[in-house]
Amino acid sequence: MTQYLLSVIHEGGLPHLTEAEIQQSFIDTGAFNDEIQASGHWVFAGGLEAPETATVVDNVRGQNLITDGPYVEAKEQLGGFWIIEATDLDEALAIAARGSLACKNPVEVRPFQGE
Amino acid sequence: MSAPTDGPAALATDVAERIAGIVRAEHGRVIAQLIRRLGDIDLAEDAVADALVTAWERWPRDGIPPNPGAWLTTTAGNRAIDRIRREGKRDAKHQAAMMISDDSPAPDDGPVTDDRLRLVFTCCHPALALENRVALTLRLLGGLTVEEIARAFLVPETTMAQRITRAKQKIKAANIPYRVPREADLGERLGGVLAVLYLVFNEGYLATAGPGLRVDLSTEAIRLARQLTGLVTHPEADGLLALMLLTEARRDARISDGSLVTLGDQDRSRWDAALIDEGHALVRRCLARNQPGPYQLQAAINAVHTDALDASMTDWSQIAQLYDQLLAIQPSPVVELNRAVALAELDGPEVALAIVDRLDLTTYHAWHVTRAELLRRLGRPDEARAAYDAALALVENEAEKAYLISRRG
Repeated sequence: MTQYLLSVIHEGGLPHLTEAEIQQSFIDTGAFNDEIQASGHWVFAGGLEAPETATVVDNVRGQNLITDGPYVEAKEQLGGFWIIEATDLDEALAIAARGSLACKNPVEVRPFQGE
Repeated sequence: MSAPTDGPAALATDVAERIAGIVRAEHGRVIAQLIRRLGDIDLAEDAVADALVTAWERWPRDGIPPNPGAWLTTTAGNRAIDRIRREGKRDAKHQAAMMISDDSPAPDDGPVTDDRLRLVFTCCHPALALENRVALTLRLLGGLTVEEIARAFLVPETTMAQRITRAKQKIKAANIPYRVPREADLGERLGGVLAVLYLVFNEGYLATAGPGLRVDLSTEAIRLARQLTGLVTHPEADGLLALMLLTEARRDARISDGSLVTLGDQDRSRWDAALIDEGHALVRRCLARNQPGPYQLQAAINAVHTDALDASMTDWSQIAQLYDQLLAIQPSPVVELNRAVALAELDGPEVALAIVDRLDLTTYHAWHVTRAELLRRLGRPDEARAAYDAALALVENEAEKAYLISRRG
């Protein structure tokens, strides 16, 4: 078993969904969440507030610098994520495919380091 | 691991070539099984490398064993156990025990599966970058050395070694399973495998043959495709093999005096009749199955071409129909371009040029060449010359350059 981070990528700037499509994606994502909870793959998940609500803390040199906004200034931002447990990458990719379809965004699949 | 080339250890070339040939032929089977039993690609590779050192020492002296594959499997297995014990890892006893006792296929896979299938689907997993898939497949399944692969692709050895390392690291870190995909996914995943083999084949397509110097990638691709069609029953696998055979059959006629010779001008007596027969037989089998796919259709197009004893006898109508079918399932501007070339023979160069000019392929040399040839036929020499120049700017292959320069005038 391996744990994977499934990151939902919001591609800012692209003409995206209609209001109706957004509502449908909420319903579909809810159903998807129920499925992976029932199947035992779910570890944790959540949607994130917009990048503008982020704050960066840099205390690398003990100066505790605080900056408003996301760390990376890019069109593409993290919109939310699932943490799942899966037998192998094939299983994780299959779950990510359903998740991506449900939330209507690309999903990045990344393994956690082993213990 | 290859033969030492200096001093008293130097071997007669033919013995070295025989051993190298056997190593390549057996490498895939040997390492595929070892990876399954060990659950570790690096360990399997090291164990096989150890076995090859012994093979290169003993076989020239004692003769090649009657069943070299079995010899390599047993020896590599023993070397793996040696390594496990030497490295003294925590689960060493467990691993070594697994090695000694476990000779059977993994229980969850149902019917017995050839380990080479597990290996090829893992090496060609879509999660790996294409160039890394190519490197890993040629290394593990093909049994080529890193140096051989690097030279064949004209890249530094370190670059090729990096691609292989990245692929193995990703397989480990992301936990890519060592398994044949489920029935439902098999078609799609097989497409990934075929793409790797086709890429390898095309890399060797216009390579100037150098005996013993460069591994012939087209030959390697055909060899691996033959293995694949023996392991998995799928019309597209047959289609790819047929496509390769029919293309390879024309190799000797393709280059003359350092210049490329196009299909229409080739001396057909220099085509390899045996390869053509084999290719045609595969195409007929595919047609009978009636589950068309892109490789099968491309093979069929090549079959129509190679069926004609003379260029003038080419059945362009059938070729155009096949391109229509190909467009329906795999639409692309390149297929549109090739279809236009066929239409030129049926409806004339003007109709074809109109189609070609609508395509967005300005970075593709063949688009410029096609335009140049059509403009030439339409009696527009200045525009033709400009198109040849545009093509020349995009072409690197010397034989192709020579051809274009001669056509340009």
